[in-house]
Amino acid sequence: MRIIRILTAVLATLVALPAVAQDGIDQKINNAIQPIADAVTSVIFYPIPLGFADIPFVLVWLVTAATIMTVYFKFINLRAFTHGFKLVRGDYADPDAAGEVTHFQALATALSGTVGLGNIAGVAVAVSLGGPGATFWMIVAGLLGMSSKFTECTLGVKYRNEYPDGTVSGGPMYYLSKGLAEKGPAFAVLGKVLAVVFAVFCVGGAFGGGNMFQANQSFSQLVNVTGGEASWLADKGWLFGIVVAALVGLVILGGIRGIARVTSKIVPFMAVTYVLAGVVIILMNVGQVPAAFGAILSGAFSPEGVAGGFVGVLIVGFQRAAFSNEAGVGSAAIAHSAVQTSRPVTEGIVALYEPFVDTVVVCTITALVIIITGTASAGVDGVQLTSNAFESAISWFPWVLTVAVVLFAFSTMISWSYYGLKSWTYLFGESRAADIVFKLLFLFFVVIGSSMQLGAVIGFSDAMILAMAIPNLLGVYFLLPVVKRELSEYWADLKAGRLEQN
Amino acid sequence: MSATHLVGVDCSDCSDRALDYAIERARDSGADLLVAHVIEWSRYSFSTAAENEQRHKRREEELARARTEVIDPVVAKIREAGIEARGVIRHGHAAETLAKLAKDNDTASIIVGRAGSSRFKAQFFGSVASSLVQIADRPVTVVP
Repeated sequence: MRIIRILTAVLATLVALPAVAQDGIDQKINNAIQPIADAVTSVIFYPIPLGFADIPFVLVWLVTAATIMTVYFKFINLRAFTHGFKLVRGDYADPDAAGEVTHFQALATALSGTVGLGNIAGVAVAVSLGGPGATFWMIVAGLLGMSSKFTECTLGVKYRNEYPDGTVSGGPMYYLSKGLAEKGPAFAVLGKVLAVVFAVFCVGGAFGGGNMFQANQSFSQLVNVTGGEASWLADKGWLFGIVVAALVGLVILGGIRGIARVTSKIVPFMAVTYVLAGVVIILMNVGQVPAAFGAILSGAFSPEGVAGGFVGVLIVGFQRAAFSNEAGVGSAAIAHSAVQTSRPVTEGIVALYEPFVDTVVVCTITALVIIITGTASAGVDGVQLTSNAFESAISWFPWVLTVAVVLFAFSTMISWSYYGLKSWTYLFGESRAADIVFKLLFLFFVVIGSSMQLGAVIGFSDAMILAMAIPNLLGVYFLLPVVKRELSEYWADLKAGRLEQN
Repeated sequence: MSATHLVGVDCSDCSDRALDYAIERARDSGADLLVAHVIEWSRYSFSTAAENEQRHKRREEELARARTEVIDPVVAKIREAGIEARGVIRHGHAAETLAKLAKDNDTASIIVGRAGSSRFKAQFFGSVASSLVQIADRPVTVVP
């Protein structure tokens, strides 16, 4: 009964929002959002001249930080790799803590927020804009990004809030404010400011890349697979949006955990299916793999016909990697914070696997499939390109991909609704009203996202999610010594065999 | 020191019969009983961020409920029969956890009920008793 009541309420609200479904409503919403999207985009992507091309400010920011952290922590991304696997496997888990959130669960939860459209649509965008060489820079950015993830997730656990009722929450809002406060009164003010700015951007990112982009791309794939322009669904973005919003609403408003549970079972299954299909296609064309890697390598340093040449392809690769794995953005630190551990650095080490799986493994597979099947030149981009690439090898795969895309989008929305909500309540205080207002707005943006064209949405979502990296990393720089101390102590204990292993 | 038998209990009728059998046997041989209740849990399950936030709290609630509704009444019942008993609650895979508990406490045997779950479910997921028989390193008594 409760379910039906909630469903009715959510549906009624959502149907009222886009008013009557008239022709051209998509265009109206698109026109209204476009100026805001353009304004935000122009600030975050402020061009910094670099040799032959301009590089967007936020990318310089992310890659610089990732490189500094990689060096400062002496290539933690490589040297802790095998230990991270043992942690995920539970080798060092305290048997008395069985039933708590494990390293595996925290990693899987964080991954479900990042593996998704970035790996399917984002890679296609990168390859169609930057050629095969963009893949190389995506992998480089992924490997460096592991160090940023390590740092922010260690901090996320170290400075999380543990409430008297037993719940925990953490993330950049907390480590920026609490971590910097330890350094003195002036830093306390800075930390507070950074935390607030971060929270504002995070709410924006939750509405943008964590929501509108997801709704938009999954709708686009659905239209594509049901007949493209001629599809009955082609101008029904609002309808798709309402259905998805109703389902998301059931989970986040109604607390219908069954749906979340089903999604969380199916999403890993879809991810494995996607990777396996990719591997099968690659193996079917194994003769072309050396040539594909050749194209990736040569295209990385001397691309032909890519705007901006070498820098152009580097930018495209870095940008898509950043958007896909969110390293340095701070979102993952929120998801990783709930883990049960007495050593914050262990969760940082586990978090190394996030960019690795997301960018180095999954993105590379997508890119190889696109390059090998030679579908990149057909003039489509986004998820349609990936879909065409898989279709050329496995004719019915677009259907599977559609299901995967919609499910990935759904789980990413659930994750981002949480990140956004945590930031929202950090700004407006924990209250039932604040909670409900955020969630209703979130659902509203699902409908908007499905009704907009790709250009405006993708610009806006990139900008808002990447903007989170500015306050986040600025604060993280000051906290690097804290992480270093934690890491040195832990690493010494590990090497001396003082950690209990089971 | 007298021998100890491990008894696995849940809330079903089957485990009541297993318990009665264990009490009888302990009485005959003057043994102690270790009563264990396992809350089904996997370290490799998938959950949402909102669930993870609540997890510690939920775990405390699960433990409290298991203590008051399962373990405490069972331990009281055994002690009433004049037998020394201790109760433990664990999260994990039921059969694996029971096997490990038996080993760690070096119990003489493990006593469980035949089926905690329906036949249909057992077909697909295997029953606790049959997996326990496969993996335990000491005698297992399955009470029908």
